[in-house]
Amino acid sequence: MKIRLTRLAHARSGDKGDTANVGLIALREEFYPLLMREVTAERVKKHFTGICQGEVERFELPNLGALNFLLHESLGGGGTLSLMTDAQGKTFSTALLRMEIEISDDESRSLALL
Amino acid sequence: MKERIRIAAGQGFWGDLPDAPVRQVEGGPIDYLMLDYLAEVTMSIMQKQKARDPNAGYARDFVPLMKQIMPACVDRNIKVVANAGGVNVEGCAAAVREVAREIGLSGKLKIGIATGDDILDRIDELITRGVELRNMDTEEPLSTVRDRIQSANAYLGAAPIVEALSKGAQVVITGRATDTGLTLGPMIHEFDWAADDWDKLAAGTIAGHIIECGAQCSGGNCQYEWQSIPDLANVGFPIAEAAPDGTFVITKHEGTGGRVNVPSVKEQLLYEMGDPHEYITPDCVADFTTIQLADAGADRVRVFGIKGRPATDSLKVSISYSSGFKAVGTLVYAWPDAYEKAKAADRILRARLDRLGLKFEHMLTEFVGANATHGPLAGEPSRDVAEVQLRVGVRGNDRKGIERFTKEIAPLILTGPPAVTGFAGGRPKVEEIVAYWPALIPKSEIQSRVAILEV
Repeated sequence: MKIRLTRLAHARSGDKGDTANVGLIALREEFYPLLMREVTAERVKKHFTGICQGEVERFELPNLGALNFLLHESLGGGGTLSLMTDAQGKTFSTALLRMEIEISDDESRSLALL
Repeated sequence: MKERIRIAAGQGFWGDLPDAPVRQVEGGPIDYLMLDYLAEVTMSIMQKQKARDPNAGYARDFVPLMKQIMPACVDRNIKVVANAGGVNVEGCAAAVREVAREIGLSGKLKIGIATGDDILDRIDELITRGVELRNMDTEEPLSTVRDRIQSANAYLGAAPIVEALSKGAQVVITGRATDTGLTLGPMIHEFDWAADDWDKLAAGTIAGHIIECGAQCSGGNCQYEWQSIPDLANVGFPIAEAAPDGTFVITKHEGTGGRVNVPSVKEQLLYEMGDPHEYITPDCVADFTTIQLADAGADRVRVFGIKGRPATDSLKVSISYSSGFKAVGTLVYAWPDAYEKAKAADRILRARLDRLGLKFEHMLTEFVGANATHGPLAGEPSRDVAEVQLRVGVRGNDRKGIERFTKEIAPLILTGPPAVTGFAGGRPKVEEIVAYWPALIPKSEIQSRVAILEV
């Protein structure tokens, strides 16, 4: 079945120059391995097609049940140069939460997601 | 040595809730009030103010705020640490001294001043000696924008704050000190942490990171169960309750709104995060992958286990430079087919700009209500959408061209698609762009200085 990240995680995003960062935090500890497996840098890069022009880097913070993504070249030049409404990437958090991932029925049952 | 100290954050940026610092002082026991005023572009605004008036160039709101809270701070020995000095730390301190005298505090407190961050006057000398100040993002040397530089400041760490506190300052005013140093400084001062006790320095740095954005760790902008966060109208700003062993609790005053819990603190920890293994400050390198959080009761989160590594040999420098102009124009299109109308207006506008031969370095059209925040991820808006705001921005070095653009927005009302409004604000303003140039400088080039003013 397909499941949206809104059911698995919360997030916060911000900026450093033309790079947006998105911190993705598991809503429950047992969701973290699922996020680790499914929400790869490649998936995130593809998800942000047309928005992120550069590389996507992923960092793991198992202690917080969280992943941190850096989306390079995503903010129209960043800071004061950017013409974007969201020049500071503050809404990239929920943009990432739009992502859907595929999980098996067994797994969704064991995580009480059904 | 105190068993614990309470450091309260009162401003997450210059322009944050004006009453927040007052409420931190009056709402319960605190030992320190930390105020962060400086965003990356703030320094250039202050530099311009100083060019017009040599007495200006700092966070002016800080002075009336101090007038309001200083009597209570002196009475209860609350120390204030603020990077309100901007590019005129001495001017800021003199103004605070003047209001302190006005309200009868002569002889009752000392003001500490930390300077040495401002390197604007040294740029040529530094470049000549081979300190290139290359842009950390693009690798270009600073000489490429030399004639357009408006401000240049090295980020100072906790050390000058500690020195000012140890000399008895009740109020410490800095220029470009790091946000985290404003919180770490009081901990080093109170707990006598050694300059190479990297784990503790990292802990204090992370405490600073958590509270430096004000209420963003205590319920503001918090996604986790946001609907149930109580009384944001009366949101409590955060307090770090620190112990000598480097552990601390994030909390807020009793009776305030908002919420401090493990998810709210996690969200703030990840804010503006780069590589979590190395959060580099002048004071240490903090490792965010070592942070442990535990629920410690209502609106209390315990933070422990933090590891740090030795500081690097360089300081970050924040340079601002003039980089052309921009303008943004908006119009609102109403149902039916609001999105189609806004798209048609954008095509018409672009055709007219083409005919005028206007070229811009960058031009961006957004449709607010359809895709301005999530772009293609938002999908096609419904034909029934109630309204869409057309938002067109242009950027370039030719001010005249940008000005000409601003004259093309209002005419769309009478010469474009129907059911359009939203032009009450008049012609868009042309803004000068002050861009940000991050660089590194060897620590040996920067000498911070501390002075004490007797009130």
